[in-house]
Amino acid sequence: MTYLDLQKDLAEQGYVASDDLAMALHLAVTLGRPLLLEGAAGVGKTEIARALAAARDTRLIRLQCYEGLDAAQAIYEWNYQRQLLAIQASGKTGKEAEAQIFSEDYLLERPLLQAIRQDISPVLLIDEIDRADEEFEAYLLEVLADFQITVPELGTITAKSRPLVILTANGTRDLSDALRRRCLYAHVDYPDRKTELAILDARCPGLSAALAGQIVGFVQDLRKEDLVKKPGVAEMLDFAAALSGLGVADLTEDPAALMAAMATLLKTEADRGAVPAEVAQRLAGRAA
Amino acid sequence: MSRVTKFAGRDPGPGARVAGFMAHLRAHGFALGVAETGTALAALGAVEASDPSEARAALRAVCAGRAEDVERFDTLFDSFWMDAGRVRQKTVPSDNKNKSDDMRATRKDAGETEAEGTGTIQAPGGSGGGGAESDGVGRLVASDVKNLMKKDLRDLVDPEDIRQAEEVAVRLGQALRDRRSRRRKAARRGRAVDFRRTIRKAVATGGVPLRLARRNRPDRPVKIVALCDVSGSMLVYARPFLAFLAGLMRADAASDAYLFHTRLVRIADALREEDPMRALNRVTLMAEGIGGGSCIGGALTHFATTYARRFVDGRSVVIILSDGYDSDPPDHMAAGLQALKRRGCRIVWLNPLKGWQGYEPIARGMAAALPYLDLFEAANTLEALASLDQKLGAI
Repeated sequence: MTYLDLQKDLAEQGYVASDDLAMALHLAVTLGRPLLLEGAAGVGKTEIARALAAARDTRLIRLQCYEGLDAAQAIYEWNYQRQLLAIQASGKTGKEAEAQIFSEDYLLERPLLQAIRQDISPVLLIDEIDRADEEFEAYLLEVLADFQITVPELGTITAKSRPLVILTANGTRDLSDALRRRCLYAHVDYPDRKTELAILDARCPGLSAALAGQIVGFVQDLRKEDLVKKPGVAEMLDFAAALSGLGVADLTEDPAALMAAMATLLKTEADRGAVPAEVAQRLAGRAA
Repeated sequence: MSRVTKFAGRDPGPGARVAGFMAHLRAHGFALGVAETGTALAALGAVEASDPSEARAALRAVCAGRAEDVERFDTLFDSFWMDAGRVRQKTVPSDNKNKSDDMRATRKDAGETEAEGTGTIQAPGGSGGGGAESDGVGRLVASDVKNLMKKDLRDLVDPEDIRQAEEVAVRLGQALRDRRSRRRKAARRGRAVDFRRTIRKAVATGGVPLRLARRNRPDRPVKIVALCDVSGSMLVYARPFLAFLAGLMRADAASDAYLFHTRLVRIADALREEDPMRALNRVTLMAEGIGGGSCIGGALTHFATTYARRFVDGRSVVIILSDGYDSDPPDHMAAGLQALKRRGCRIVWLNPLKGWQGYEPIARGMAAALPYLDLFEAANTLEALASLDQKLGAI
């Protein structure tokens, strides 16, 4: 299997991957290394994991990182309510009770533990790793190095199958060099016109070729404007859906509908102000 | 695209070539270890390595670790593998050269400490080279420079200042507590219940959680890193600022301090000397060239690429004490600050001139720096520094 096969498999799942990205994914799969994806918000980093899981026909396990994420939410936690009830119901105390309540039955698996206990190697998506704090990053390094987790009461749990790990980041803070070194790396950029057309075609097959061309041209031009938050691929797809919902067949024909649909592209007040109706019309005219 | 490099006949084989390529990347600032060479070979084994575009993409995925690396990778790849039939001499990148120059300068300096007593005449000469580049700033203060060159820091700062500064530094340190942590640790008193330990204790009481274990957010002190500009234009303010540095070093064992003019010198260890006056003397000897020109941009870049790697992290606050009059082009300053910011630290710039009525940060360097600063404030006396604690607490 080469990276071209993988690219084709992903395309079947509706994900159009650039050559570089497909190569990085291919290496991550063959070498069993985690892959770090960086890029602006909305370029489809999270979507890659979904498409990859679908293409490989495995589970996608997702760990959304946030500030303050700790072991209880990322790895495992004991089911405290059940434990309390079990102690009271059994009437046992001491060692006996402990042996009972600290067993598999009372263990709540969180994404990391879940990922290493699957029979078939799943795709583990660790989303927005840069939002978690350094301590978690350091712990994650340990897990990524040998894919085992120690629960003091149960002992060490080693991975049945190595999950395929995909980490995403968009620059909330800089990641440690140690983490970067351990991962393969791919930078995901806004797609070029051709790729974006292919994405739009894969996701909204009903659109006329002329309108699709206009939409992609419009969004690509819009990204060149000086905006606080540039519209990503997801926004572009929303925009296309909004236009077809409004029954627009040509971007230039109905300025009011265009401005209404722009709500899917521009998400800050400053950006709305930066692209008034005239500018939008000019961009639409150029894209037509 | 140029042809694929033909390696010499005695070349030991693909493994050595890939190792050579890794060394080539390393020389250009990529953070790569021995393990990466192994990964790179494994990656080449997993693709059609004889196809240059596949090999390029595979090596890029392994070797690049950040967006800038990706941009630079192609050129570096070309220069090593696609060099029109000749094995190219490795070129040493210019920034690397600067770095090693600076390091040598610092080292030489440390060696000269003892010999300094006879060497004062060299000091103006030594900084003269820097002064020539920094003409714009140098000229303004040229007449003062000579006098102050001979001046000892001990004449500038008296022990009473340092005692005061210690108090100020303690106050600022307390204000700068890191509140970002949302993790919790077991604690005797805390706002959240630690279920895990509570259940453990409940086993002993038949499942009745009589004693609640608690957890709380740990207190995370920040590390203060102070960089003080001691170029000619800043000498009038040297007294409060140096006292502040000395006080900070004495009050907070985790803090760090640097001086810069045309070079950057780490003075944290020297300032921790028991006798404050002796500490200042050591600093005077180390920081040869005080009152000369200023290369803020260069000094910041140097700091960001060397010391900051070791001493600055996401829990640091970097305090820059400078007037922002820079002889380097403003984009140097921006680049330095950007690199520093990438360490995840917060940056505070205290500019003595900002206190002036009607001051606008028009110095080009200062304007370029503004976007990277978390706080830009005025401070020209110890009292002014002390009154900053509220503002610092807010960042």
